[in-house]
Amino acid sequence: MIKNRLFLISFLKGKRKKIEEFYEKSTDVNFFLAFPTIFWMLFFFVAPFLIILKISFSDGVFGIPPYTNMISWGKEHFFQIGLNLQNYYTLIKDSYYRTAFANSITISFVSTFFCTVLGYIMAYAIHSLPQKVRSIFLSLISLSFWTAFLIRVYAWMSLLAPHGIVNRTLMKLHIIDVPIQFLGNYYSICVGIVFCYLPFVIFPVYSSLGNVDDSYIEAASNLGARPIKIFWKVTIPLTKNGIIGGAILVFATTVCEFIIPEILGGPDVITIGRVLWIEFFNNLDWPIACALSVMLVFFIMIPVFFLQKRTIVPRGK
Amino acid sequence: MSYISSNYTTKKRPSTWVNPEHEQYVVLENISKSYGDVQTVKDISLSVNKGELFTLLGGSGCGKTTLLRILAGFEKPTSGRILVDGIDITNLPAYKRPVNLMFQSYALFPHMNVYQNIAFGLKNDKLSKSVINDRVKEVLNLVQLSGFEDRNTDQLSGGQKQRIALARSIAKRPKLLLLDEPLAALDKKLREQTQFELVNIQEMVGITFIMVTHDQEEAMTVSSRMGIMEDGRIKQIGIPHDIYEFPNSKYVAKFIGDINLFEGIITESNMDYVIIESNEVNDCIFYAAHTGAIPINSSVTLAIRPEKIMISKTKPVYDNNCTSGIVREIAYLGDISIYHIELNSGKIVRATLPNLLRMSERTIEWEDMVYIFWRSENSIVLTS
Repeated sequence: MIKNRLFLISFLKGKRKKIEEFYEKSTDVNFFLAFPTIFWMLFFFVAPFLIILKISFSDGVFGIPPYTNMISWGKEHFFQIGLNLQNYYTLIKDSYYRTAFANSITISFVSTFFCTVLGYIMAYAIHSLPQKVRSIFLSLISLSFWTAFLIRVYAWMSLLAPHGIVNRTLMKLHIIDVPIQFLGNYYSICVGIVFCYLPFVIFPVYSSLGNVDDSYIEAASNLGARPIKIFWKVTIPLTKNGIIGGAILVFATTVCEFIIPEILGGPDVITIGRVLWIEFFNNLDWPIACALSVMLVFFIMIPVFFLQKRTIVPRGK
Repeated sequence: MSYISSNYTTKKRPSTWVNPEHEQYVVLENISKSYGDVQTVKDISLSVNKGELFTLLGGSGCGKTTLLRILAGFEKPTSGRILVDGIDITNLPAYKRPVNLMFQSYALFPHMNVYQNIAFGLKNDKLSKSVINDRVKEVLNLVQLSGFEDRNTDQLSGGQKQRIALARSIAKRPKLLLLDEPLAALDKKLREQTQFELVNIQEMVGITFIMVTHDQEEAMTVSSRMGIMEDGRIKQIGIPHDIYEFPNSKYVAKFIGDINLFEGIITESNMDYVIIESNEVNDCIFYAAHTGAIPINSSVTLAIRPEKIMISKTKPVYDNNCTSGIVREIAYLGDISIYHIELNSGKIVRATLPNLLRMSERTIEWEDMVYIFWRSENSIVLTS
């Protein structure tokens, strides 16, 4: 092996460095460590996505499977590929889908904003506690994961219901006379999302706050910055990775959220998640549902891609 | 550029610094600091003169960094007060003090480039853009890193980071600049070079420096005066020469440089000399120059620096301060050699001699019987 390598190197003198680099890279342990991830992504993301992409270009039919084959063997032709762009055209043309997209993105955006702000405040508060108390609060937050997601959403439904605790308390305090209709609108969905996805912001922000060395804060103070200015000019930029990471997690997962809009939102609030369900299971229109999924992936990927690029902060030490 | 040239003073240090009453610019009055039951700074009073480079020297845990943090305003003293230029700053928050600190870790903001790092403090002073630009240029020029404005901090070497940190802390023209182990992170060669640059910069800008270090050589090189700290107290304050030649306690004597200590008892005490008998040397008495009377029979320590001890194979003419021993170890350091000489009592005395001759021509060898002696004015009598 080594002989071989030496021979190669002497043979290709000009590309010597490149060859050496190649050998070094290919024998790198990191490559093997990355293999499970690559495998996972290929089989559980790339492959299913390609299948969905394929279905999205086909026609809907009544049968099993409920779509036409994209590649078919014709009698006259050798074989033919039918690329049907009708599904995408429908998605753009039909205001029903446009509304679903707009709703989903608005809900996601608003809840991501509140989630990030609230999550940051909570992470900051926990971080400023003494070391011993911090872990108690962190485990309390992770405790919410112990309850099933669905049950937590149902809990919110009973809280916000016309005769739920919130309304009853308000009525007892004589603040209101008639129960407020909390459920079945955009706000209830946002409340549900913010509550359920808060830990996704708290944890990354908390860990990024650990990177803010006390000496940076002290240096800023020493250079004449007041506490508020230190927060905006030093703490926030140094925790940018955590903020963006948390925001991406929340945005990307909530834009196609199905359970929360289904349970907390009324029948009038159309979101992509619900439309997908309807198309797949009620209308059995797989091609249009797949086209919707493909568009959704791109809609999420574009902002995520741009945000991700900005998360690389040069580190001092 | 203006303030460099206007404040540019001659490199000769005014001798008035020896007199602490001359111009008290930074004054610490009975500063104490306790964390619970532990008192890390114990009733320190100190005054530093304008334009001085004062060094606090001490081992780890002696309270020197705490004292520096109290001056910077990161810690509140339990008692006492601090005056800078006649103004009491004890209760001022860190961001309002005319004091800047250069951190040991440099603490350069990783999300800002060199320009933004230096300009950060100036922007807090609400200076105009053009003034800020000028100041940044000026301090970068001062630390010889002109044109580094757009560099990111992670593109800088250790030495460059150190200079940028210094530039950032002097850019605001503080009344007092604190330096926390400013050269500790540099390698030996660079550290020696930077020591002199630091002194030059300090003289150019005329800012009063208080520096903390554990490196005695560094302290000796750069300080106009230094304070030796131990266990939350300042044991001795003085110019480097005085600290080295006339330490006032065993701790200071041992801390600065190398020293031989002999425990003994005063047998005769006069106005200008004392005679000491020591169990550690059985064939001679010590005759030491000393001003001030010490009561007879009090136990003292005679201290003598290795380089003050002379070695000879033939018996010298005088009897006092002269004893004999056997050379046990010779360490050749190039410029000097260190000799470990074992006396009859078993005590090991360290003596250094400059290597005036080449190694092969050396006359004193291992296991040689030698006489060691010193002049009476070169020894120090320590009572504490």
